[in-house]
Amino acid sequence: MQKMLTIISNVLRGSASRNGAELVSEGARVVVSARTYADFTPQATFDIKKCDLHKLEEGPPLQAVLTREEGLQYYRTMQTMRRMELKADQLYKQKIIRGFCHLYDGQEACAVGIEAGINLSDHLITAYRAHGYTLTRGGTVREIMAELTGRRGGIAKGKGGSMHMYTKHFYGGNGIVGAQVPLGAGVALACKYLGKNELCVCLYGDGAANQGQIFETYNMASLWKLPCIFICENNKYGMGTSVERAAASTDYYKRGDFIPGLRLDGMDVLCVREATKFAAEHCRSGKGPILMELQTYRYHGHSMSDPGVSYRTREEIQEVRSKSDPISMLKDRMLSNNMASVEELKEIDVEVRKEIEDAAQFATTDPEPPLDDLCNHIFYNDHPMEVRGINPWSKLKSVS
Amino acid sequence: MAYLRSILRSGKNAVPAVLRREFHRTLPAAVQVTVRDAIKEALDEELERDERVFLLGEEVALFEGAYKVTRGLWKKYGDKRIIDTPITEIGFTGIAVGAAMAGLRPVVEYMSFNFSMQSVDHIINSAAKTYYMSGGLQPVSIVFRGPNGAAPGVAAQHAQCFAAWYGHVPGLKVVSPWSAEDAKGLLKSAIRDDNPVVFLENEIMYSVPFEMSEESQSKDFLIPIGKAKIERKGNHVTLVSHSHVVSRCMDAAAVLAKDGIECEVINLRTIRPMDMEAIETSVMKTKHLITVEGGWPQFGVGGEILARIMEGPGFSYLNAPAVRVTGVDIPMPYAKHLEENTLPQIKDIVFSVKKTLNV
Repeated sequence: MQKMLTIISNVLRGSASRNGAELVSEGARVVVSARTYADFTPQATFDIKKCDLHKLEEGPPLQAVLTREEGLQYYRTMQTMRRMELKADQLYKQKIIRGFCHLYDGQEACAVGIEAGINLSDHLITAYRAHGYTLTRGGTVREIMAELTGRRGGIAKGKGGSMHMYTKHFYGGNGIVGAQVPLGAGVALACKYLGKNELCVCLYGDGAANQGQIFETYNMASLWKLPCIFICENNKYGMGTSVERAAASTDYYKRGDFIPGLRLDGMDVLCVREATKFAAEHCRSGKGPILMELQTYRYHGHSMSDPGVSYRTREEIQEVRSKSDPISMLKDRMLSNNMASVEELKEIDVEVRKEIEDAAQFATTDPEPPLDDLCNHIFYNDHPMEVRGINPWSKLKSVS
Repeated sequence: MAYLRSILRSGKNAVPAVLRREFHRTLPAAVQVTVRDAIKEALDEELERDERVFLLGEEVALFEGAYKVTRGLWKKYGDKRIIDTPITEIGFTGIAVGAAMAGLRPVVEYMSFNFSMQSVDHIINSAAKTYYMSGGLQPVSIVFRGPNGAAPGVAAQHAQCFAAWYGHVPGLKVVSPWSAEDAKGLLKSAIRDDNPVVFLENEIMYSVPFEMSEESQSKDFLIPIGKAKIERKGNHVTLVSHSHVVSRCMDAAAVLAKDGIECEVINLRTIRPMDMEAIETSVMKTKHLITVEGGWPQFGVGGEILARIMEGPGFSYLNAPAVRVTGVDIPMPYAKHLEENTLPQIKDIVFSVKKTLNV
C-alpha cells in the first residue's frame, strides 16, 4: 500500500503543472493500470557487485530485493533527472541559463540510490553538481528550472542560481569545493545533539577529496562519533584533471584512514541503495562516521563551458553510455524479469518529457524577481533596514 | 545576585595596577566587573537560557579558555555544550556553521582572530551569504568571537585588527565592544541574534574592570547591535573609536580638558551596521571629526566613516577636514618601543585634535 501511495504521489508531483481535473484522472489511471498489470513480477532479487571494504569485517549484502513499485519509482526519478539536465543543457546553449551550470547526467543512480537508503527526515549536503539532489530531496522540476533561469518562481526566488538551491533538510548546493564537508559534519553534530536519530549524508567529488578541510572533518567526525556518511562521487575527473593526475592515492574509500570505508559501483542504483542502507545502519547505531566511494561517470563536461573531450576520449564516454548507463541497467533488469512492460516504461518517458516541457515553459515565461527584492533576505528575523545603493543618493530597502 | 557579587569580588584575575582605570563614578548597587568576566557571564546566562547554544573552540573546555574567558563553564555544562576542538580552524568553523544551519546556535571561539583567516571562507561564503543566496530559506544563527587586534608583545602574525575585513561583508553583523557592559550586553544580543555575528573582543581589555550598573546585572540585559554610545559629552570635537582605543580617547579627552578642549567620545560598539546617525548628530554639534582606531589606515573603519560623512548631511557642518588616526601601515613589530609607536597613543590623539582645531 505504501509503495502504491509512493507511485501515486510521484505521478501527482510530476503533474503539478497541469490542472486539477487531469490530476485526478492521472491518479486514477495509475491505480487502474496497477490492477490490470497484476501478472507482472511483483518483486525480484538481483545479485549486486561486492563492495571493496576498508576497516570493515562485513559489507552490504550481495543481493538486493527490488519491488515493481520501487523499480518504477527509481526509473521515473532517474529519467526525470536525466531529461531535466538535458533540458538545462539546451536552455544554457540558448543563453537562457547563465553563469555556471554543472550537469549530473550519468550519475543518476547515485542520487536516487542514496535517497532510497535514507529517510526524508535525514539530512544531505552536496557541492555544486546539485540539481539531481535538489530533486530527490523534495524540490520540483519547475522550481529547479526556474531557479536555473533566475525567475521569481525559482526554489531560491532566483537569488541563488544553479549552485545555491535548498529544501528542507537539504543544505545545497555549495560553490566552494570541499566546504560542504565540514558543513555536513556540523549538521550531523546537530543531529546527535538533538537526539532525533537522524544522520547527515555529506557528498563530495574526487577533486574535492584532496581538500585539507575534509581531513580535518574526518578527524572531528571520528573523535566525536558524528552520524555522518561521507560519500565521494568519483566520476574520474576533477574538472579537467583525471584522478591519477590529482591524487597520490586514488583509493578514496581508504582516505578516511581510521574511518571505515566502502567502494562500490555508483552506476547501479541497487548497489548504491544497499550500501547506503548499510552505512546508515552503521551511523544510527552510534559507531560514528563511515565513508563510501561511488564509482560513477558524468557524460557532460565539468560544466557547460567545458566540452569534456580535451581530457578524455569520446570513445570512453560512448563506452560508458552503452555499457553502464544507470537508467538502461535498471530498465534491462526490470524488463528481463518481467517487472514492467516496454509500453509502460515508454509511457513514463512520455510523462517525464511532458513534465520537463511544462517546467521549461514555466522557467522561461515566469518573470524575473522584481527589483524591489534586490536587497531582501540579508538578515533573518530582523527589522527592515536601509541598504546603500550604487550612488550615495540611492537608499534601498531590505526586509527579512 | 549577592552570590555573583561575592564571586566577582574575590576573583583572582591578575590585574596589573597600571591597567586599572576608574571611568565612572560609583553608583549605588553597582559592581566592578572585568571585561573577561562580563563575557563569561553573558555566555553562562545564554547557555542556561537556550538549550541550543553551545561553545566550541580550542582550549575552551578543560583548559578553561586560553585567556580564561570560559573558566568554569565546562564544569557546569559538560562535554555536550562546551566542546574542545583540535587545532583545525577551517574544519571546526565549517562544522559550527553546519550545526547552525541545522538549527543549533553555536558560539565559536578563535584563540585570536588572526587564526580566523583560515576560516574566512566559512564565515563569509557559508555563513554570511547563505540567507540571501537561498532566497530566505536558510538562516545561519552563529557567533564568532575571540580577541582581535593588538595585544602586548605578540608581534606581526598575532596582532592584526579584522574590523575592516569583516565589516566589509553584507550578511555579517560585526560588533566591537569596549567596556564590560558593552561586552555583556552585546554578546547576549549577538547570541540571541538569528544571523552570523562576528564579535571582536580585545585581549588588552580582558582584565580591565568597569562599573556595571544594577540594570546590567540582569539576565535579560541586552544592548542593541547597531547603536553607538556617547562615552563622554563635549562640544569641540568628535572622536569616534572602537574597542581598546576608546580607552586612549578617554585619556586624551581628560588631557585636552585641562586645556579647555572638550571632546565628545563616541564608542562605536558596532562596526556593521554602523551607527552613522550618532556620528552625524555629534558632528553637527562639534563641527570637527577625528576617527581613532588601532587597525591599518588603508580601507579601514575610519576611511568608511569619513566617506559616509562626505556623502551625508554632516559634511556641510565641518569646519575642518575630517581625519583618521590609525595604526601605522606596517606589520606589528615586536620590540616594545617600536610596538608602542605603531598604535595611537594619547599624545597622537591630542596632537591630531589640536591640529584639527588649529590650536
